[in-house]
Amino acid sequence: MTDTIDIRQDTQNDTETKPTTLTKTVGGRTITLTPEQADEFGRELDALKESIIADLGERDATYIRRMIKAQRGLEIGGRALLFGGIFPPFWLAGTAMLGLSKIIDNMEIGHNVMHGQYDWMGDPAISSRGFEWDTACPADQWRHSHNYMHHTYTNIVGMDRDVGYGILRMSPDQKWNPYYLGNPVWAFLLMVLFQYGVALHELESERIASGEITIAEKRDILEGIWRKTKQQTLKDYVAFPLLAGPFAPWVFTGNLTANLMRNVWAYMIIFCGHFPEDVQEFSIEETKAETRGQWYFRQVLGSANLTGGKLFHILSGNLSFQIEHHLFPDIPAFRHAEIAPKVRDICERYGVPYNTGPLPRQFATVVRKIVKLAMPWN
Amino acid sequence: MFTELTTSVRRSKLLDLLTGPHGVDRYTELVDPTWTRGQARARVVAVRRSTPRSVTLTLAPNRAFAGFRAGQHINLSVEIDGRRRTRPYSPANAESDTHIELTVGRHDGGLVSTYLYEQARPGMVVGLDSVAGDFTLPDEMPERLLLVAGGSGITPLMSMLRTLRARGHRGEVAFVHYARSAHEASYRDELAQLAAAMPNVTVRHGFTRTTTGSQLAGRFSDGHVLVDAPQAVFVCGPTDLVDAVRGRFPDARHESFVPPVFDGEASGGDVMFAASGVSVADDGRPLLNQAEDAGLTPESGCRMGICFSCTRRKSSGVVRNVITGAVSTPDADDIQICVSAPVGDVEIDL
Repeated sequence: MTDTIDIRQDTQNDTETKPTTLTKTVGGRTITLTPEQADEFGRELDALKESIIADLGERDATYIRRMIKAQRGLEIGGRALLFGGIFPPFWLAGTAMLGLSKIIDNMEIGHNVMHGQYDWMGDPAISSRGFEWDTACPADQWRHSHNYMHHTYTNIVGMDRDVGYGILRMSPDQKWNPYYLGNPVWAFLLMVLFQYGVALHELESERIASGEITIAEKRDILEGIWRKTKQQTLKDYVAFPLLAGPFAPWVFTGNLTANLMRNVWAYMIIFCGHFPEDVQEFSIEETKAETRGQWYFRQVLGSANLTGGKLFHILSGNLSFQIEHHLFPDIPAFRHAEIAPKVRDICERYGVPYNTGPLPRQFATVVRKIVKLAMPWN
Repeated sequence: MFTELTTSVRRSKLLDLLTGPHGVDRYTELVDPTWTRGQARARVVAVRRSTPRSVTLTLAPNRAFAGFRAGQHINLSVEIDGRRRTRPYSPANAESDTHIELTVGRHDGGLVSTYLYEQARPGMVVGLDSVAGDFTLPDEMPERLLLVAGGSGITPLMSMLRTLRARGHRGEVAFVHYARSAHEASYRDELAQLAAAMPNVTVRHGFTRTTTGSQLAGRFSDGHVLVDAPQAVFVCGPTDLVDAVRGRFPDARHESFVPPVFDGEASGGDVMFAASGVSVADDGRPLLNQAEDAGLTPESGCRMGICFSCTRRKSSGVVRNVITGAVSTPDADDIQICVSAPVGDVEIDL
């Protein structure tokens, strides 16, 4: 398990900058963290992480294997029921099962496996390098844009492309232009077509639109997206329906709905990760000479958690523990529930705010932000 | 027939599409772990602990296992506490047998050998990775053959002898096995049966610690060579036995299960173990040894470059394979640290 914090080697010149005291205003309250406090903060979190790593073993292997078995069972069961989808209870149950299977495959299994959380097992089927997930986005492109770019530069405006995904205005620090008047519309479209939005992420279409790069430079990316999307589309919208013969329409609509279920659910959970009220963005300036402790500080302030029961956490891929995930992306996510109280305690002692709330409330603040930032005066 | 072929091809492509992106195996293995087309796996069907320091496993491989040549080894994978561990073992069964027989010697402090000795049981499923090795019988069988085995090195030679029996080989074969005592000599009864059934085969044992029942006195010497002017000699065992046999027969084919010691000249560079933040001055030995001396504990298996358990990512620098002499490129690459020594500065993800 590696801990590379590769900060800004490609964007800064070689001036030596001393670590500074960080100040942030969160919900009207001013938070400060001196370099010494940041070091201590970092050490405590490092120790917590080490204790989890030392404990990894059969329990974790069993967990992910059971989760995979459950997902595949839901998938086969769902698709089988949809063949009889002319009968409404079969269609409803089949669609629900298939939707759940896609959610679990993408979130609790795919996202986590691709973070390398189970690489220590040495099983090539559950390794970050080999895993491919049931969605239009190619896994190798995801690993680059998410594991590397998003997790390293989390919430740094101008570096973390997840701030707006190149199509939305999610921070007042993003300069307004008339296109953003449609913010709520683009957000809604992204939600409904989320698997394609994610698939197109590495294309950096906003940089192509601005002329910064040409589409020719993105040819390999485009080919990768096309190949994966084609397979997924053929599978869900051509092959399975055709196999059902006269029942094709029910299989088609079932698959469409299952994908939509996953799109909406994943979108909601993911948008609650970094966009609820009081989550902080950072500038390139203030993160220039970031130490390890200060990196942890940014990860906490730039993330928000969701409260809920055990099933909710599983279905959210444990992204409900966004803070813990951003502190320790490469430990098995289901472990976050047990370390969250310790993380919260450490944060409290250093005066670092810990943003958490139930899904409806957190998501409502996200929607409000999307609408607010559509306006030029915000 | 042509339509049969195309429909089966089409059907398999369709199956891949329908089971995509994971593939058929990831579904079939949930019903039975050995139901995989792309991965060779085997179910343990019998476990015998016939000596105090070894365990014999009988494995039923799945259809993905393509077989082996007598004398080769296969990489066996087991999961211990959630982690997959791979070790090379030489099957002792004849080439043509349907089941694989492995006799695993229990090493003190050995993770996998101890696990197998203590926990192997029928029903367990293991992985069978690559089949490899050039310690095999020649295509043209000689008239006079000498097989010399030391300790657990008997396994590839048992495979050779049983394969020769299955083929109905008529040439002279002398089989010598050195073990610490009669009690610890694997396959003693089977060898006696073989010698009784095949008049062209002579078997002798040498017991080096508890000498009761020993037919050969002391260590390997000219007097232990039971066939005149053998045309092919195969030896497998500890390094001193291999050296002694090769001293008498320079052309002998040999294999040793004990990892050799690799010394080398320091290249003048530094080794950076990036993930641990540790840096040492290169002393010419393989990276595995240098890492261990620096207090790190990377995974290792055979320690001789064949099981790939120690594979790590070299992010930069050039390394030399201490067995083959091959020199790597300076780019990022996966290397086996047990047989790779630095040439200049090297940074490795460890």
